[in-house]
Amino acid sequence: MPLVRIPTPLRPQAGGLDKIEAAGSTVREVLADLGCQHPAIQERLFDGGEIRRFVNVYVNNEDVRYLDDLDTPVGAKDEVSIIPAVAGG
Amino acid sequence: MRVAAIASPICVSGVNPVSNELVTGLKCRLCGKLYGKEALNFCTDDFGPLEVAYDYQAVARTFTREAVAARPRTMWRYRELLPVDGEPTVGRHVGCTPLIRADRLAKALGVAELYIKNDAVNHPSLSFKDRVVAVALSKAVELGFKTVGCASTGNLAGSVAANAAAAGLDAYVLIPEDLEQGKILGATIYGAKVVAVRGNYDHVNRLCSQIAFRYGWGFVNVNLRPFYAEGSKSMGFEIAEELGWRVPDHVVAPMAGGSLIGKLHKAFRELELLGLLDGPARTKMFGAQATGCNPISNTVKTGAAKVKPIRNPDTIAKSLAIGDPADGWFASKLIRETGGWSEDVPDSAIVDAMRLLAETEGIWAETAGGVTLAVAKKLIDEGKIDRDGSTVLCITGNGLKTQEAILDQLPRPVVIKPTLEDFESLVEQGAEAFDQAPLAAAWR
Repeated sequence: MPLVRIPTPLRPQAGGLDKIEAAGSTVREVLADLGCQHPAIQERLFDGGEIRRFVNVYVNNEDVRYLDDLDTPVGAKDEVSIIPAVAGG
Repeated sequence: MRVAAIASPICVSGVNPVSNELVTGLKCRLCGKLYGKEALNFCTDDFGPLEVAYDYQAVARTFTREAVAARPRTMWRYRELLPVDGEPTVGRHVGCTPLIRADRLAKALGVAELYIKNDAVNHPSLSFKDRVVAVALSKAVELGFKTVGCASTGNLAGSVAANAAAAGLDAYVLIPEDLEQGKILGATIYGAKVVAVRGNYDHVNRLCSQIAFRYGWGFVNVNLRPFYAEGSKSMGFEIAEELGWRVPDHVVAPMAGGSLIGKLHKAFRELELLGLLDGPARTKMFGAQATGCNPISNTVKTGAAKVKPIRNPDTIAKSLAIGDPADGWFASKLIRETGGWSEDVPDSAIVDAMRLLAETEGIWAETAGGVTLAVAKKLIDEGKIDRDGSTVLCITGNGLKTQEAILDQLPRPVVIKPTLEDFESLVEQGAEAFDQAPLAAAWR
């Protein structure tokens, strides 16, 4: 099952976990399952059906915006990372 | 809130104000949620950027033209609007770089009133990054961090390394592996732990976002970013004060992450709010990028609602090579709202502009300075910058650090024997004698 890496400041909303297994074959499905497990995470990641403006999502080391966004395929051994976008510069 | 009417005209107490009372905390730029003064860069509700919030009525009690004028010529003369509690402990000599009336360059560009804000000679590391680092590392000391770090395209690496060394802090500096030699040496010399990452800046930045929270270190442009970014305002305060407490009609600033241009404008707006300006803060903000990495200028020009990141930036302006700019959306919005514009230029124009700035004003800027000038020229030629208005170009880094960009463009020195005859012969040949093969050829 894919593994979702949770950023440190959001771990209180994820039961203190840094990694969570979530089912699905696309980023959308994996994050939806994560949201079912931890509803507080769901509302923080999504604005309506869209990922919030300042959230970046990666499958392994690739930004999903360069792939198929939420429709990017995710394999059973893949890692999905949620990274706050407000950094750098 | 209009606070000018309640501003106390002169600080008579003689006691230096501390921002402990003046900074109320951090505030999400999207939802407005308030946070304490902590090492956190984003809202945990919606991931929006956090920004320092001030009590401007309290600021107005001591922040006056007279009070500022009586203080040492460093960026800390504007201390009420910089988020450090008590005395700054790092970067105490940063800022107050020259604002130069650039008449020879103005003539070349065909404009009436042109200024260069020259942060290429900022102390200690020759870039505007000393401003943001001074605030961030002073805050890091306040918050008790012993280890600090950054994700850098080069200038920040040198500034964090230098200022951390002076403050006795342990520093991790992460950079893309293909940076210019001057930028790498300019960080390593200070004893920082320099880590070159196989990838571009966006890869480095992502890694630093993970490192900062995992290790609990103070990364200036990650968890300390709200404080760090405020340091850029000092460049705007200095421009306004040097112009006699007025703001220019146009500012042209380079854009990498897109933060600087917003903070320059915020500085002007804060001075206006506090009643310190002669006239309104109606500056049109113009953003400069390289064509090889133009996510923000592309957003401005297309009117897109979202910034489309650049996957593989490719430009000699490595200090601006951020494909996924954190403040890109805010920068593009600001540029449109102020009536400004944004453009991008190819590498050849960047080099030409570096030479033009050097040959007209005696200022050797790094590649980002070439970007700023080349974009300014383009915008003037297109009529987007009014030739009769006042314009400030922000030069943010020093050419000594990006020598690779011009090695193939400049002629090597003419070699002669130590005789008067040889020199006379050279002078007789005129300019043609100096039309030599590129400098780089002599060093290969």
